[in-house]
Amino acid sequence: MNGLLTQSFLTALIAGSIVAAVPLMFTALGESVSERAGVLNIGLEGMMLLGAFLGFLGAYELHSMWLGFLAGIAGGLIGAVVMAVLSVGMGLDQIVVGIAITLAGEGITSVLLQAKFKGTSPGLGNPATVAIPGLSRIPVLGHSVFDQPLLVYLGVGLIGLMAWVFRSTTWGLNLRAAGEKPEALDAAGVSVLAVRTYAVLTTGALAGLGGAYLAIVGAGTFTPFMTQGQGFIAIVIAMLARGKPLWVGVSSLVFGICLSIATALQLTNINISTDVINLLPFVAIMVALVLFARGNYLPPALCQPYVRGGK
Amino acid sequence: MALETETTADAALAAGAPTAEPSRLVRWWRTAMRSLAPVILALIAGGLLMLALGRNPVSFYVNVWQYGVASGGWQNSAVLMAPLLLIALGLIIVFRAGIWNLGYDGQYLMGAALVAGLGPSILPSWPAPLAYVVLFLVAGGTGALWTLLPAVLKAWYDINEIITTLMMSFIGIGVANILVKGPFQDPTVNIPQTRTIPFDKMLPDLGSTRVHIGVIIALGAVIVVHYALTRTSFGLRLQVLGANPRTARHVGINLRRVIVTSFLWSGFLVGIAAAVDILGLWAYVRANWNPAYGDAVIPFVFLARLNALVVVPFIAFYAVLSTGGDLAAQQVNLPTDFLLVLVALILLFMTVIEYLGRRRDMGQSYLSPGLKEALRHPLVRRRSAQ
Amino acid sequence: MAGTQSPVRVPAIELVNITKRFPGVLANDRVSVTVQHGEVHCLLGENGAGKSTLISILSGMLRPDSGSIRLDGAEVGIRSPRDALRLGIGTVYQHSTLIPALTVLENLMLGARSRLMLDRDGARKRLAEMAAQLGIEVDPEARTGDLALGRQQQVEIISALWRGSRVLILDEPTSMLTLQGVEELQKVLRRLKERGTAIVFITHKLHEALAVGDRVSILRRGRLAGALSSQQLASSSMEDLRAEIIRLMFGEESAEIAGAAELNTDLTDVEEESGSSTPVAEGDVFLELKSASARGEGTEPGIEEVSFQVREGEILGVAGMDGNGQRSLAEAIAGQRRITSGTVELFGVPVNRLSVSARQRLGLRYMTDDRLGEGIVRNLGVSLNIFLKRIGEPPFWRWGRVDRRRINAEASSLVKAFDIRTSGLEARAGTLSGGNMQKLLLARELSFNPKVVVFHKPTYGLDLKTTEHVREVIRDLVRDGAAVVVISTDLDELLELCHRVAVLSRGRLAGVVGNGPDAVDQVGSLMIGMSKGQEAA
Repeated sequence: MNGLLTQSFLTALIAGSIVAAVPLMFTALGESVSERAGVLNIGLEGMMLLGAFLGFLGAYELHSMWLGFLAGIAGGLIGAVVMAVLSVGMGLDQIVVGIAITLAGEGITSVLLQAKFKGTSPGLGNPATVAIPGLSRIPVLGHSVFDQPLLVYLGVGLIGLMAWVFRSTTWGLNLRAAGEKPEALDAAGVSVLAVRTYAVLTTGALAGLGGAYLAIVGAGTFTPFMTQGQGFIAIVIAMLARGKPLWVGVSSLVFGICLSIATALQLTNINISTDVINLLPFVAIMVALVLFARGNYLPPALCQPYVRGGK
Repeated sequence: MALETETTADAALAAGAPTAEPSRLVRWWRTAMRSLAPVILALIAGGLLMLALGRNPVSFYVNVWQYGVASGGWQNSAVLMAPLLLIALGLIIVFRAGIWNLGYDGQYLMGAALVAGLGPSILPSWPAPLAYVVLFLVAGGTGALWTLLPAVLKAWYDINEIITTLMMSFIGIGVANILVKGPFQDPTVNIPQTRTIPFDKMLPDLGSTRVHIGVIIALGAVIVVHYALTRTSFGLRLQVLGANPRTARHVGINLRRVIVTSFLWSGFLVGIAAAVDILGLWAYVRANWNPAYGDAVIPFVFLARLNALVVVPFIAFYAVLSTGGDLAAQQVNLPTDFLLVLVALILLFMTVIEYLGRRRDMGQSYLSPGLKEALRHPLVRRRSAQ
Repeated sequence: MAGTQSPVRVPAIELVNITKRFPGVLANDRVSVTVQHGEVHCLLGENGAGKSTLISILSGMLRPDSGSIRLDGAEVGIRSPRDALRLGIGTVYQHSTLIPALTVLENLMLGARSRLMLDRDGARKRLAEMAAQLGIEVDPEARTGDLALGRQQQVEIISALWRGSRVLILDEPTSMLTLQGVEELQKVLRRLKERGTAIVFITHKLHEALAVGDRVSILRRGRLAGALSSQQLASSSMEDLRAEIIRLMFGEESAEIAGAAELNTDLTDVEEESGSSTPVAEGDVFLELKSASARGEGTEPGIEEVSFQVREGEILGVAGMDGNGQRSLAEAIAGQRRITSGTVELFGVPVNRLSVSARQRLGLRYMTDDRLGEGIVRNLGVSLNIFLKRIGEPPFWRWGRVDRRRINAEASSLVKAFDIRTSGLEARAGTLSGGNMQKLLLARELSFNPKVVVFHKPTYGLDLKTTEHVREVIRDLVRDGAAVVVISTDLDELLELCHRVAVLSRGRLAGVVGNGPDAVDQVGSLMIGMSKGQEAA
């Protein structure tokens, strides 16, 4: 296995892992917020795709990476609004609405892509990166870790921000109450619907951002169904991390490694088929669920629509 | 929270009020409306979307009819109905029990890969009926096997099945690919696909049509499944579990056995769907192929209120829409993924109409209560579970 | 009628002609109630009289169809719990609104006025202040789920008064308390009265209303049937008051039910009518627990090393406040919960490993307290619900196939025998009223060969007539030779029905008491934790 330790392999692996981890991280952080409040977003995959498509479109048309990211946020919000209105506001089943959002996201992005670009989607240029002086010159690690687009550093900062919000703000406490026992929150005079709506919108925005990153930075273009199940992986990450933002970041990195290891291995003389490699993240999740799921804790009110005067 | 009531209507009941139950005919009419309206609304909304994109919806829908029913198109639709119906039955069984089996794609592809892989070997040499039975059992067994791990995890450790079945689905798709490109690869061609089942060894057609007997098998399955669900103790246990797992435990139902058997039967039917499809229509499996029947079938399963007989016309409708829509979409220069949008619209309209209708009726919901509560239990092993 | 001699002062809260209708029932019919500052006003009425609806309206959970609410003379609109809290109306509901996973401080900080940062220090100070005012001690960092029930209720009272203490509403507050807890509650109420808080106290127990209330209003079938002013309460004798209240609460039916446990102010009256006529030391032991332990679930504790025997023809009561392991005990006996040590024996045979259905086949029946959530399947018909515990059994199922006709025939006779009022055999069980649901459960559990029956809160939430009916059924059961366990938080009911009463306290059996003249005292002290004169189980 000497091929594994070459510089090119490690650099490619680490760089690739971070690129792959970032969309997962943003999306999973967003999902943590919703799950904390008792909402499960099966439609996350659709929100990511909408964000990816609109993000790509925005970056392409407006020639700006940051405007693309903003557009991606808008895309994710569209899916989130549907979820908020139907599931939170009207109390309709979260799973069914989520499936619908995913299907719609997959279908609409494919249709619009073809409508706009008639088959082949153009590529974007390489994203601008911010190199941290000094650190970015460390061999192997330097270029791959410390020379990333600005958004990545912001994403890491987001982890800290979210942890602080959960712990020390009123909104963070209300989120937790909405997920634990919404009747209590209602009796305390806080609108459960408002809390959950903001949570879902936050999730949509972050998922859209994650999707946009995937399209703009990760692939440089948009292809239909390009998220390939990452939305669901993000849901699992949020569950396994028990809503602790730091764990979300770490798990995202682990899955990023799984996702990128196939391409990196092509640089070595190790010959495992890409199909097997692509299975890795899912097998890893099953193993994680079997081993670690016992310690897990989901909010008791997860997936329960709240209706005042009732249960 | 032992005696809390669920809605204000229940509060009234708890206060002793009798409920005026509308007559059966009225209830039936309202249910029918609630099932048809979403489809109609979705078609209209889809048409509006097409207009916004500059396409002609009228010609689209006319073409759907043209290619889906008229001048022989109905035969293609009928052929498509076979796997769709069988998968729908598999979903009905498990949804009635309040279990979300979302792993149908992986279960289908695993069954398909095995049938396409083993078929060309045994069909030429074995007598046809025996070969078919064996292949059907292999496919059904594989589909069932693919549900085993999620079933056990749910039954013994109460681990949420949405995630486990989804993960197994992705794994199944991957493993099927590996099999197709590996041991089952056709050595005579360069494309990654299995060997082809000889044409004369495929499922025979009905009369002079191009419709193979798979449709009959599917319809037969509808009758058997419907009977099992409505007239047997197995079906009643499923229904109670789906309505309320606590009640099921209280009345002495063996939860683990019901969870596992319903999962296994579900996977079995999905596997049979694959067998019917490969042996009747495709004759081989290409790598990276996924017809994704299950995603499309879900809304119709709900619209039919999890009733095996009622789901048949809905599936027929979708078969026509899909068959005709494939070609019709190309005609108006839309990708076939547009159908996904239509399906999503049906789901969305269904949930909204359900909401509007819920205010009046009680218990007419398309979802069994158990499905809604499938995620109530944390991932933690419940210590007091039997 | 309200007293006419009260000095002219503006009442803290006035409900004027409140009406609220639900589909099919008029829950509140032009109800008017006035509560003064510094007074405890009891709302008395049996289950279904409309008390909870009225409270929900006051606390903002429901809006009235018509009528008005006045606070200190000024008319106000209460459209949501937020409005109510802003107006200084705090409610302690029957079912806890504390979040068990959060600490006391976090529960109190919920919904703090839209400021971004949590003000932990400020909250801590305020908590200390209020606790001191009410004379109680609370640890701010304790997880509320870990607190004893009485302490939890104190936290709920503080929470209800957190934003202003004009009005405090208590909905059946004593149902979960020990005798000591009740005393502490009364102390707190006295302090609140001194500070001028108006207190609304809802109960269905007559003796409680008379003990606590400065004024009493009686609700019956949605209407205000009458009210007793402070003068009347002070000047009339106990018997007169009792008779008057019974007359107001029940009207013509009062003669029949004068003996009911809820109405008696003095529990010693009750015991004379209890069913302890025949000594039962001779029958076979039908059910025995030998040092049985089982784990709890959520906030409900398990049971630890519980031992007792129940003989043929005997009714054993299990007393104790909610949350002391009653559900764990019932489920352990029924087979819904695993026994971690010790044994449960039916007719001398250990049944630890037997499933729920296997124990049912031996003759064990368990009637759950959670009718809607565990007992019935709402969308199934009445007849199928009756047979829910016999799925697959011949002759109703043959080779897995159902025989509808036979089921309906049997169900039809059962419906008649148990007086279940329903529009038809196929009517969905969820449409039955509470009382008829209970009768359905009775029909299910008792219709074929019950030998050992466990009842959990058999008369909770039922109107008086059905309550008496259920108690009669239990007595008949035992006359026919079954062994019965009645788990209930209603001590009056237990003393009326049972030969012996066991006391469950924090999962352990504190002792078993024979039903005699001292039973109340003995049970009371067992609940608190001192044991006197126990009878060997």
